[in-house]
Amino acid sequence: MSDTTYLIAFITVSAVATFATRIIPFLFFERHTEHPLIKHLGRYLPAAVMALLATVFLQRSADWSATVPGLDAILAGALVVIVHLWRRNALLSIAAGTAAYMLIRQTGILESGVVG
Amino acid sequence: MNSQVFRLTLPILFGYIPLGMAFGVLFTTQLDYAWWAAPLMGLVIYAGAGQILAVSLLAASAGMLEVFIAMFVLNARHLFFGLSLLGQFRGAGWRKLYLIFGLTDETYSMLTTRIRSHDKAHEQDIDFRITAFNQVYWVIGCTLGAVLGRNVVFDSTGIEFALVALFIVLTIEQLKALGDAFPVWTGAAAAGVAMILLPAAHQLIGAIAIVTAVLLLQYRSMRSRSGTESSHV
Repeated sequence: MSDTTYLIAFITVSAVATFATRIIPFLFFERHTEHPLIKHLGRYLPAAVMALLATVFLQRSADWSATVPGLDAILAGALVVIVHLWRRNALLSIAAGTAAYMLIRQTGILESGVVG
Repeated sequence: MNSQVFRLTLPILFGYIPLGMAFGVLFTTQLDYAWWAAPLMGLVIYAGAGQILAVSLLAASAGMLEVFIAMFVLNARHLFFGLSLLGQFRGAGWRKLYLIFGLTDETYSMLTTRIRSHDKAHEQDIDFRITAFNQVYWVIGCTLGAVLGRNVVFDSTGIEFALVALFIVLTIEQLKALGDAFPVWTGAAAAGVAMILLPAAHQLIGAIAIVTAVLLLQYRSMRSRSGTESSHV
């Protein structure tokens, strides 16, 4: 297999595998849209998924080797929550938290001397 | 309508461009393939973590079965996303396949949290535009990263926190819309359990499996309490 053939095959297989994960529920559960269990999941699953995505990615964005482990992400995350409860403007909350996180990361004010 | 969609998807722009660039830079600096393969992957695969995994699979010249399994397993959490969108996407016509194709974590979050009117066709049109805008940001990021390679000058360190902030904001919005904190705590707790027990690559799917199991149990206990248990399996 030449390099280009391999690359094209690779991209095709990856695209099919990714698309499969997204379309399978629509193929197998389409007829059950009105089933109370599907409605139950439709109502509560998004909130649960959002909370778990927030938790996992917050943990991954944290510097656990800093003087106070994880403080960078905790501060920025708390700022998002506070600004959002205060003004309830999604863009403002996201901008404030992201700016705070970038500032902390780029100035390195919370890092330990060892990691520097 | 497009300016409204643009404003709605701005946080995703701030997340997707730097993340797409990270993928593009990784792609051109780790591999010998032509730069255009990076935006092509953003166009036809369209999966953040999936594409980054793809770089290491390409570097290892992985076999096709291996590639399929690795990509499927990594993206398996999307299996659960569709379950809560069956009704929302119903009757979307030609747009439906694209809506399904573009169901990334971030797009799913936007589509399930935003406030909707009763005009279903109009809302599906907005869903479609949100999905398309998000993918455009992603492909732009992939292209920039692949073309610029190591010459990226702007210090955007930390800008990807926009996506974390987006998930936090959407969690608060979900909480307010539902008026029920149970799913939110379940999600956070499931994430905690998954992060302790599983390696990073399997944490999301693990947490989503836990959450779905808990919601199933909650459903069963609600049904048995309301005494209509016998009608469905």
